[in-house]
Amino acid sequence: MSVILVLIITSIVVAVVFLGAFFWAVKSGQYDDTYSPSVRMLFEDKVKKKK
Amino acid sequence: MVAEEIAQKTVCYHCGDECASDKIVHEEKSFCCNGCKTVFEVLSENDLCDYYSLESTPGVTQKIEKNTLFDFLDNQDVSRQLLEYADQEQERVTLLIPNIHCSSCIWLLEHLSRLEPAIMNSTTNFSQRKLTINYKVGDFSLRKLAELLDRIGYTPVVNLEQADEKGPERTFNKSLLVKLGIAGFCFGNVMLLSFPDYLGISALEQSYQQTFRWLNLLLAIPVVFYSGSEYFVSAFKSLKQRFANIDVPIALGVIVLFLRSVYEVTFDIGPGYFDSLVGLIFFLLIGKWFQNRTYDALSFERDYKSYFPLAIQTKRGEAFSSIAVQEIVKGDEVLIRNGELIPADAILIEDKVYIDYSFVTGESAAVEKAKGQYVFAGGKLSGKQARFIVQKPVSQSYLTSLWNNEAFKKEKEHTRLVDRVSQYFTITIIAISVMAAIFWQVTDPSKTWLVFCSVLIVACPCALALSTPFTTGSILRVLGRNKVYLKNADVVERLQKIDTIVFDKTGTITNASERDLSFEGEGLTLAEKQLVFAAVSSSTHPLSRFVKSYLEGTDSGKYVIESFTEHVGQGIQAVVSGVEVKLGSSRFVDFNDAQTNHSASYVYLKLGGSQRGRFVIRNVYRGGLRGVIQQLKEKFKLAILSGDSDAERQNLAKLFPASTPMHFSQKPDDKLNTIKAMQSAGQSVMMVGDGLNDAGALKQSDVGMAVSEDISNFSPACDAIMHADTFHRLDAIIDLAKRSKHVIYASFFLSLAYNIVGLSIAVAGWLTPLVAAILMPLSSISVVVLTTFFVKILSHKLRL
Repeated sequence: MSVILVLIITSIVVAVVFLGAFFWAVKSGQYDDTYSPSVRMLFEDKVKKKK
Repeated sequence: MVAEEIAQKTVCYHCGDECASDKIVHEEKSFCCNGCKTVFEVLSENDLCDYYSLESTPGVTQKIEKNTLFDFLDNQDVSRQLLEYADQEQERVTLLIPNIHCSSCIWLLEHLSRLEPAIMNSTTNFSQRKLTINYKVGDFSLRKLAELLDRIGYTPVVNLEQADEKGPERTFNKSLLVKLGIAGFCFGNVMLLSFPDYLGISALEQSYQQTFRWLNLLLAIPVVFYSGSEYFVSAFKSLKQRFANIDVPIALGVIVLFLRSVYEVTFDIGPGYFDSLVGLIFFLLIGKWFQNRTYDALSFERDYKSYFPLAIQTKRGEAFSSIAVQEIVKGDEVLIRNGELIPADAILIEDKVYIDYSFVTGESAAVEKAKGQYVFAGGKLSGKQARFIVQKPVSQSYLTSLWNNEAFKKEKEHTRLVDRVSQYFTITIIAISVMAAIFWQVTDPSKTWLVFCSVLIVACPCALALSTPFTTGSILRVLGRNKVYLKNADVVERLQKIDTIVFDKTGTITNASERDLSFEGEGLTLAEKQLVFAAVSSSTHPLSRFVKSYLEGTDSGKYVIESFTEHVGQGIQAVVSGVEVKLGSSRFVDFNDAQTNHSASYVYLKLGGSQRGRFVIRNVYRGGLRGVIQQLKEKFKLAILSGDSDAERQNLAKLFPASTPMHFSQKPDDKLNTIKAMQSAGQSVMMVGDGLNDAGALKQSDVGMAVSEDISNFSPACDAIMHADTFHRLDAIIDLAKRSKHVIYASFFLSLAYNIVGLSIAVAGWLTPLVAAILMPLSSISVVVLTTFFVKILSHKLRL
């Protein structure tokens, strides 16, 4: 098989992987609330005070 | 003295409100009230003070008396309706918390486990103002959870609506995103694979050409049959009703494009129009997505269920217990506590109560009711608890029976402008294609099918279909910036047709929470003011509260109340530090007053036996009302629909043009019927209201706009919610919607111009895939640019 066909198939397969990732993101509710995750990642886990 | 006051002005560490003279200092921090201090204490004990470092003064004021009771959550029937998951060990619940407003809120609510070990985890959904909590049962319960949230200032809202349906799923939006994702993916790949055909393939690589074309065909299939499926469904539905909406020519274009392309590829005639086809659907879906701007945190569908409690204390046997409101029947004895809502029409069997009907009428001053009086559902009890005998079940009460009206059962009918245009468009296109086919059949039969298909392809009204969503989508965004939130894009088009505006009075054109107070008579000395202040502080009567707030700031705390009696319907009598204070109606204080006006309330004052004068309490009209009315009366017919008596008629007559019809003492049903009568007279009516008693009118009108001082607060079902701050721009807002019609017309003309160019190319038989591939995106993009640009100019011109 000629190399160009291999490349095209590879590129489409990679794109399909990203499309799948997008579906997963939509299904798992990542587009439901776009504000709180952006804040949540900035919260620090507080080190517990020494007893 | 004055300078000193300014220097002392401090804001509350918790909520950021200005602290009055009686501020509370705790751990070197000032608080405006005990409530705020308590929240701070709870948080600092549990090492949660990061709450205050993320944003300054993140709290919500605790000054307003809260007395939400959650004991009904202990009732199994009630809690089962709310819980999403429950087993022996743990439960999960999602609660609506309107107070969520900043990143500190998210932080605190997601660290609840530090406050209460039984809470396993909690997740906020900021855009919907919801909190999902998993917790261990045993010592902890749903009721304790609600009380914990209430204690830290995040009172959950639990009402009848949530029990009916556990959160509406937004599946529509999700499926649109998936469709858009697929269309975008295929569009990119089809473009890539189409390039070789357009740029010319050398003889050497000729063998790949067929592979590329078949790949294109493969990629186009999911786009046409999944992403574009809605257009076929909509076109089919519309044709069944013998009407050609805009989706009919689109669906026709898509089918012809697809079949023609498949035919070309299978018989190795040409590359087909796959890139135009996939691009067309992709652009249309973007338009849909852009227009579909929704406000998750707002609800436009609220009915009385959003206000009504889940359960109420009802007498069963000897004792009172929480009973679900749907199960209450006539004759039940119910116990309503301070701050609770009366869910059904009932008769009071207690001496005297104050009922706050602000949800219903917009009037925030409480109404006084005496023993044996009939009380309508929807009022909130303020003051001490009281018992009632239910007269009608919840669904048949005075207010709730409004929702049995047929107006609530049907959606507002509206034929979109673009669908009306598409009627003629579709017929014209079919006529042109048939005539062109006949012409070529005569001159050159080999080209007949090519031309016939070309015409249908090029006429596919992509740009036409995009002009409305992009215009209205931009308008929705501009209005959103100005704190006017529309339910959907159709409302913009309905606004364009408005010729009559009907206003509710209380709470809509008057300011619900403020009163204009003045004192007429001999001036009062500071000491006398302090005496009166002390006396009215003990009274819960709404008028006493207004007088109290008028005298706010004079309090010294020096005076002691020695005796206090409140005479129902007359006034108060008190002895404050030896001085007799009498405050009330003219008869109560033996005041002969001839100069009264129906539009104001009067409170007469007698100090130490001598008559001193009267407090005059007037409604306050919203700021800028006069200006708005001046602007609106030029262009619209105005009307007033008020549930109150006609006491304000004279004041209103000064503001509104002389010909304005004013209807007073209107019941909720009357309001609905008045709007209906106007509509049958051919008027297109916009209703501006606020309370539940306007719900029928808002629903019946062509555009129902709810005015609210706090957007996250409840407002009745409507088409648009407007923040009270924007009220003075009402004329500009309607103007923007009206003028956007011209933007849509302009873009219609542009897209028709493209169509004429495309059609002439098609009729001549020159429409190659390359021409189609250039013409289609070009027309769509230029229409999008044109509309967004015009809307920008318009909103700039109107200073919105």
